[in-house]
Amino acid sequence: MRTGRSRLAIAVLVLAASVAIGCGVGGDEGGTGARAINWYVFNEPGGAYDQAVAECNEQAGGRYQINYVKLPTDANQQRELIVRRLAAEDDSIDLVGMDVIWTAELAEAGWILPWEGEDRAAAEEDKLDGPLKTVEYQGEVWGIPFTSNTQLLWYRKDLVDAPGDDVTWDEIIDDAAAKGKGVEVQGAQYEGLTVWINSMTAGAGGQIVDQNGDVKVDDSAVVAAEIESKLANSKAAPPGMATNKEDDARLGFEGGRSVYQVNYPYIYPSAAAVGEDFQKNIGWARYPRSVKDEESRPPLGGINIGVSAYSTKPDLAFEAATCLASPEHQAVAAEKGGLPPTTESVYDTPQVQKAYPFADLLRESIEAAAPRPVTPAYSDISLAIQKTFHPPDSVDPNGIEQKLRHRMAKAAAGKIF
Amino acid sequence: MEAGQVAAPVAAAPKRKKVTDRAKAERKLGWLLCAPAVIAMLIVTGYPIGYAVYLSLQKYDLRFPDDKEFVGFSNYADVLTSTTWWTDVATTLIITVASVAIELVLGMLIALVMHRAIFGRGPVRAAVLIPYGIVTVVAAFAWRYAFDPASGFVAGLPLISDSAAPLTERGGSLLVIVMTEVWKTTPFMALLLLAGLSLVPDELHEAAKVDGASALQRFYSITLPLMRPAILVALLFRTLDAFRIFDSAFILTGGANGTETVSILGYNVLINRVNLGLGSAVSILIFICVILIATFFVKALGTSTAQQRGET
Repeated sequence: MRTGRSRLAIAVLVLAASVAIGCGVGGDEGGTGARAINWYVFNEPGGAYDQAVAECNEQAGGRYQINYVKLPTDANQQRELIVRRLAAEDDSIDLVGMDVIWTAELAEAGWILPWEGEDRAAAEEDKLDGPLKTVEYQGEVWGIPFTSNTQLLWYRKDLVDAPGDDVTWDEIIDDAAAKGKGVEVQGAQYEGLTVWINSMTAGAGGQIVDQNGDVKVDDSAVVAAEIESKLANSKAAPPGMATNKEDDARLGFEGGRSVYQVNYPYIYPSAAAVGEDFQKNIGWARYPRSVKDEESRPPLGGINIGVSAYSTKPDLAFEAATCLASPEHQAVAAEKGGLPPTTESVYDTPQVQKAYPFADLLRESIEAAAPRPVTPAYSDISLAIQKTFHPPDSVDPNGIEQKLRHRMAKAAAGKIF
Repeated sequence: MEAGQVAAPVAAAPKRKKVTDRAKAERKLGWLLCAPAVIAMLIVTGYPIGYAVYLSLQKYDLRFPDDKEFVGFSNYADVLTSTTWWTDVATTLIITVASVAIELVLGMLIALVMHRAIFGRGPVRAAVLIPYGIVTVVAAFAWRYAFDPASGFVAGLPLISDSAAPLTERGGSLLVIVMTEVWKTTPFMALLLLAGLSLVPDELHEAAKVDGASALQRFYSITLPLMRPAILVALLFRTLDAFRIFDSAFILTGGANGTETVSILGYNVLINRVNLGLGSAVSILIFICVILIATFFVKALGTSTAQQRGET
């Protein structure tokens, strides 16, 4: 009895200890040595980041040692963790893998360092225009663009005609509805909805927030609302549209309920798992237009690497970041992680051309992409957009402009909305 | 537990004229004995609450630390004059009342079954408790996937449309949230009620039986009144829990379709928007709501125990 009890106590202790250890970020809290550079970035499952870290450490020859601290894949959770740590002036973070929408927020709060001189030149070298815009805030550069991302219009070659470059949302919705099939989008109330609405608004020639961070809602938001409402109330609305995220859209397309989807390129390798024939039947085209005579503005995603203002070794950190985001490692990220490069020349490498049969369209889309609002209050603005444009089937284009302007004003003023 | 007072009604205490030395010493000892607990509570709950009150009176956004200033009650005014707050309070109350009411009825039925189970008592009780043992987030994901038209089985059931997606509209979402809550916490309710049930003396039932009372009459006239304190305690715990509902609603809808609860609002302001001042004001207001609910139940509980003792 007695030994039984003490054994139990030991077991509980061991369990508690392992839970306590397991509480660390991805079980890896990073190093603390004089040369340790801790890189906080999402857990990239393809092994591309691991390879970049290993190669940079080797090249550094012991001058620095990068530790890859893995964050959750959900962008909101990454941000919450990073923001809280930086607000507490945590010096264990040296490099931050920043989603493209965080730049203004982190820069304004003084949590990341600007890139100057040679570092800045390296960050800007040969980069595509869209990704480069995402690291700029108030005339300074706040990170090095690493990977990018954008959405294409994917369609079933065996079921619909190839859409032209000037295909509009109206046309694909009508075509799908006529065939009794759906158009997959990201309609849940989350960041993906902001991405969709922002692209359609930009595609109609407008913007939600201008370069100075001022709210600029005009009738292009009405165009976005009209398209959203039309799809949601048409036969082409996939079931569960109001809860669908990227993966629900992918599954709906793979399952055959839809003939079109807008989504990131990761769906292409994933389609190979459905069957060889299925992948052969997938076609791609430029993101649909909001209005017939205006070029589409595809979404822009991706990861930039920033240097924490609380890093105790910023010089090494800038150097490590430049190595991690080098063209070779972008090619690796494209090949292994399905993450499109930010450096123009990388698109011509055989690795990328092989990984993406649509590499040229991808580069063109990223160049034409509409960045999301650049403002330190981005998360407030995005929440306001999500609340205003959800649920899709009850969005009323008539009142949307005023509603959005009202919410954005409250969001920008730090009030409840 | 509280229910213990039912079984052993305390004899009305004789009125004390003066406090004896011995009583004084005992009271002192009592304070000494609970001092560690009081100190621990002050550190782990008193301090954070006080700090939240302090923050709620500031304009304080983590992203703009230089703009921090004392603004008095303007954060509260902002929250209380917004329609969002009141809509969220209404949504939270709907979820709370609906889920607690259903849980009470189901919990009572389950408690009666567990109480009467002649064979397999252990297995029955263990089986009933399983949902309560599952992590809320995991359970919520299971419910979400079940109701998703693409991956879930619910849309495939007979009598339900193949494209049914209850989580895309308000009524359906609220229904699923309430169902998830009920599924998850009815066992807890049942357990609390079972404790009350086992304190109802069998002799009373037998006596009533001899007098010719039917099973239903015995339940209403004997079981329920004697269980009143246990029922109130169960309702108190569950109402407080349900009012603070966060995880299941967050996973199921993320607050979409008009299902934003006060806790989700607090999360959005405090954690997502990192607006510590405004967010703390929301938290303090939730705290005040919780205190009001608790006071209501404790008052009701007080009267009921007093009645039990025959003091009123």
